[in-house]
Amino acid sequence: MTLDINKIRKDFPILEEQVHGKPLVYFDNAATTQKPRQVIDEMVKYYYKYNSNIHRGVHYLSNKSTDGNENARKIVQEFINAKHLHEVIFTRGTTEAVNLVANSFAERFIQEGDEVIVSEMEHHSNIVPWQMVCDRKKAILKVLPFDDNGELMLEKLEGLITAKTKILAVNHISNSLGTINPIREIIKIAHAKNVRVLIDAAQSVQHKKIDVQDLDPDFLVFSGHKIYGPTGIGVLYGKEDLLNEMPPWQGGGEMIKEVHFEGTTFNELPFKFEAGTPNYIAAIGLGEAIKYVEALGLENINAYEQELLAYATEKLSSIEGLRIFGTAKQKTSVISFLVEGIHFYDMGMLLDQMGIAVRTGTHCTETVMQHFNIDGTVRASFAFYNTKEEIDALYKGILKVCKMFVH
Amino acid sequence: MTINEIQEQIIEEFAGFEDWMDKYAYLIELGTDLTGMDTKYHTDSNLIKGCQSKVWFNASLEDGIVKLEADSDAIIVKGIAALLLRVFNNQTPEDIMNSNLKFIDEIGLKQHLSPTRSNGLVAMVKQIKMYGLAYHHVSKQ
Repeated sequence: MTLDINKIRKDFPILEEQVHGKPLVYFDNAATTQKPRQVIDEMVKYYYKYNSNIHRGVHYLSNKSTDGNENARKIVQEFINAKHLHEVIFTRGTTEAVNLVANSFAERFIQEGDEVIVSEMEHHSNIVPWQMVCDRKKAILKVLPFDDNGELMLEKLEGLITAKTKILAVNHISNSLGTINPIREIIKIAHAKNVRVLIDAAQSVQHKKIDVQDLDPDFLVFSGHKIYGPTGIGVLYGKEDLLNEMPPWQGGGEMIKEVHFEGTTFNELPFKFEAGTPNYIAAIGLGEAIKYVEALGLENINAYEQELLAYATEKLSSIEGLRIFGTAKQKTSVISFLVEGIHFYDMGMLLDQMGIAVRTGTHCTETVMQHFNIDGTVRASFAFYNTKEEIDALYKGILKVCKMFVH
Repeated sequence: MTINEIQEQIIEEFAGFEDWMDKYAYLIELGTDLTGMDTKYHTDSNLIKGCQSKVWFNASLEDGIVKLEADSDAIIVKGIAALLLRVFNNQTPEDIMNSNLKFIDEIGLKQHLSPTRSNGLVAMVKQIKMYGLAYHHVSKQ
């Protein structure tokens, strides 16, 4: 099925906006995606008609909100094909999900001298929580490097793993390079040596179908706002046995069974890890977003985005002095680049004047920038509502900026 | 010229630009023309590190007059720094202390000086004011 892009664009009200008097070209989708009317309307509907704090309420509204939240959990479960509903934990986002695992997993499984492996191309969210835990536990953080194309050096992985290695945390898709990492192989290698694996899927669930029972990660985390849902909601998937063994991370309401000053007993999964009033309206929005994406079909989305990537790569590569960072064979629709002699901030500012939204800087991946010995890049990232005409506008915009710098 | 007179002059200059292209082309020109600082002064103590761009900034007091130098790795930022130097360089500490920075807003470059922009310019403006205050106290003693 080919996607009807003009029809799809009408679902996203923001795409009709003008910026600096020009039609908005939104190429910052790897930072956050725009929201379709269906998601916005559903959330508005809940605030208008059904809002009430969820769980343990006896009244009608509380039941409606609870049903909405738990229905969203069911949608997520089916979306990633988790075996159990209670393996889906709602968090504030990917960052909180990684922090939850880093803290709770470490509390139970990481001792002094143990090792944690991350890759060189992780987002800070998948480095810093592990660094903090390693500092606290006197454990060692090891790094799986990538090559100059932006591909992980998989041949080095086995050598990195020792009997002390407890967990490997790696992204499925790099947010700054666009590389699609071979996570199936990575998980196999790690599991063969009894190492647990956390997959950061923040940049992948919106592009590729993920089946956690088939791929077999121990944990998988992602954010709602990068898959056309609202901010403030994310997902931690974890295997039941592991989650049961792990202690609660945050304390508060909802996560308890009984509270006495002599001691407290904890609730069961998933609530054990959901302290405090959860962002149930956002969870409901996320459910709608997943329904929207599934109706279009992730395969169709991916096929079209690959078309945009190929088109943009060819166009941008033809610009003199433009270098693309991240040239892996398997990539998603992200292009990080620099034009010789033009600072990324200048490029981003001038493109913004033309109504083109790109992201500039390190993209929260300073170790990736250090690899290439640069301070940052300009990043254009495409979603299924983008068009080739918009890529033409970016191409012409970059040429215009280049011209301004010639004088 | 006083700080305010220079600010008025800049506002007048920018009023002549018809579109954003002219305005930014001028900033690029200013940035390119600013001598900046010898790279040996690109030291950590002079560096204001934003996550988008770097600004190097240095101030000194000579005969009761504040001398300022600035540099940046991004040309537009350097162009705006050049405008800030035009306004504040060679002024007295008291005049800097009592000044009211208004030209940035009026020529439509406010977005570059929003606190979240992290290009180093906000910190540079703050430091200019701080130096004004500090040198005022130094010269009083």
